[in-house]
Amino acid sequence: MKEIVLEARNISKEFHDPVTIQILNNVNFKIYKKEFVSVIGKSGCGKSTLLYILSTMDTEYTGELLVDGMSMKNKKEAQLALIRNEKIGFVFQFHYLLNEFSVLRNVMLPGLKLNKYSEQEIEQRAIEKLRILGIDKEALKKPNQLSGGQKQRVAIARALINDPLIIMGDEPTGNLDKKNANIVFDVFKELTHSFNQTLLIVTHDQEFAQNTDRIIEMEDGRIIKQ
Amino acid sequence: MKLGLKSNIAKSLLLARWKQTLVAAIGVTFSITMFITLLSFMNGLNDLLDGLILNRTPHIRLFKEIKPSEYQAINLSQEYKKSQNFIRSIKPAKSKNELRNYEAIVQTLKNDKRVLGFAPKIVAQIFYNVGATDLTGVINGVEPEEENRLFKFSEYIVEGNYIDLKNIPNSVILGKGLAQKMLTEMGAIVQVTTAQGQIVKLKVVGFFQSGLQELDKVQSYASIKTTQKLLGKSTNYVSDLQIKLNDMTIAPALAKEYQAIFDVDAEDIQTANSQFETGSSIRTLISYAVGITLLIVAGFGIYNILNMMIFEKMDSIAILKATGFSGNDVKSIFIRIALTIGLVGGLFGLLFGFLLTAVIDQIPFDTESLPTVKTFPVRYDPKYYIIGALFSIITTYFAGFFPARKASKIDPVIIIRGK
Ligand SMILES: Nc1ncnc2c1ncn2[C@@H]1O[C@H](COP(=O)(O)OP(=O)(O)OP(=O)(O)O)[C@@H](O)[C@H]1O
Ligand SMILES: [Mg+2]
Repeated sequence: MKEIVLEARNISKEFHDPVTIQILNNVNFKIYKKEFVSVIGKSGCGKSTLLYILSTMDTEYTGELLVDGMSMKNKKEAQLALIRNEKIGFVFQFHYLLNEFSVLRNVMLPGLKLNKYSEQEIEQRAIEKLRILGIDKEALKKPNQLSGGQKQRVAIARALINDPLIIMGDEPTGNLDKKNANIVFDVFKELTHSFNQTLLIVTHDQEFAQNTDRIIEMEDGRIIKQ
Repeated sequence: MKLGLKSNIAKSLLLARWKQTLVAAIGVTFSITMFITLLSFMNGLNDLLDGLILNRTPHIRLFKEIKPSEYQAINLSQEYKKSQNFIRSIKPAKSKNELRNYEAIVQTLKNDKRVLGFAPKIVAQIFYNVGATDLTGVINGVEPEEENRLFKFSEYIVEGNYIDLKNIPNSVILGKGLAQKMLTEMGAIVQVTTAQGQIVKLKVVGFFQSGLQELDKVQSYASIKTTQKLLGKSTNYVSDLQIKLNDMTIAPALAKEYQAIFDVDAEDIQTANSQFETGSSIRTLISYAVGITLLIVAGFGIYNILNMMIFEKMDSIAILKATGFSGNDVKSIFIRIALTIGLVGGLFGLLFGFLLTAVIDQIPFDTESLPTVKTFPVRYDPKYYIIGALFSIITTYFAGFFPARKASKIDPVIIIRGK
């Protein structure tokens, strides 16, 4: 019996601006532990929208979302923030690093917020994560001193800092060239194989998707194949 | 979650925009500086002006006014008992303006714990003779030592020594304005005529300057004994009793009490100088109004910088929220920023306010009418510093509150989708 990390039950969402359109239509799926799942589909089919719901940032939907077996329904904003902090790592197309802080500090921030370990331990862990991603040498630089690929790897290190249940990525390689995209992809592979990390990655890259454990294909707000 | 983390983030955001932060903090500094200085100066001025009157005014004055009796003969008549009686052209009986039962009153006052001290006084109308002309005026018979102890008599003596009134018989201290009109000098002999027509010669042993020129042109001081002699009265004749209390605020109530017990007229300081209180409170009000206005302007400065910061840091706020910071965390980060600006700016404001006040305190301020004042008057009062500190924290808190609330409500999805 495989452990379920994330489960979507009949998730639907509509936008009312300017006219009511259904973006997600009864989406159902399960993500199991240690799985590397990719989501593909045409532009505008609702992949990002789905991911924002799964990440608990978007709460305006119908249906039910279970993270680690827990329903996200009727949870307060602060509770959801805590769940995101502890259980979900997120990597976006854009890196969203804070230029006021060093690379190391950026990686440490969610860890400091969780406050499970002492600051020294968090720092050690952050250096360890950076080392896995091969950028521990840049730890003391400011994010704006890094290349695009390096920044994205820092963002992945940040997503990893609290050892999340699942890492979600919305086209994390979308802004990168082929070479850097491959590096990031290899990092994901390494994370699943060596560290048993569960991953859910939205991508446009067919080749990327082919190399994952499972592909969820979407069209017009529905899952057509998984 | 550690308290340090939010402060740490707040600090980094502050330092990243340190120039704007500095400008906002200087705004607070400036307004608190002005607030402290203005209040210290205005209240120094209040104290000075109050001192002019209040130091010299008894808290309660007991006297007997010459007025018609309130109890007229017709009231005795049984026949008109129930009617409303109108009487015209009544005149006072030949009663004297003398405090009767003086000894008894003195005994009672001595035993009254609420009374700090009291001094007898005789106020009499006289004429100062200058050549062929007579100047009308008032002579005050006082006990010099008591007068000095309770009403700081010596502070107004610009020449001579008040104690000479006691030591030199038939001596007088003239108002400066009066002396100028009479063209007299120290040691000269002046001649006065009493209302009863008696002519007396007095030796000038000093001049006083009260700060109120009108007073100085008509008033003079002599000892009680001299005045009694002048008026041809016995040695227990006293027209006024000036009482100073430990607590000035009970004066009106106590005045009523004495009026009833002693069967005299009693006037309290609050009634006698009500217009003065008004002046003081208006000056205080103005200083508060100006101070608060400045602070509100500074508050807008903080509001602006925070709004700008939040606008610039949308991405950072979005990612903080995406990685697990709650709306309240974000709010408290920005409130911390505002409070830091307020605290630092306010602290420097208090310091500069104190320094500026100290500088004003050194500026020479010479005025004819105030012989004891040499520099601008200021009042150092910790109260203003506490109020200033509180105001700066409260205004900056509110200036920070609204932008911070806005930041806490930022929806990360909207920001991230926008990229
Ligand atoms: N705030 C909004 N109001 C109205 N419609 C929206 C809003 N946000 C997204 N949409 C619509 O929802 C649909 C799904 O958008 P979404 O971003 O999820 O697509 P996507 O699959 O991620 O596309 P892409 O691959 O281009 O990123 C789109 O048609 C978009 O126009
Ligand atoms: Mg998308």
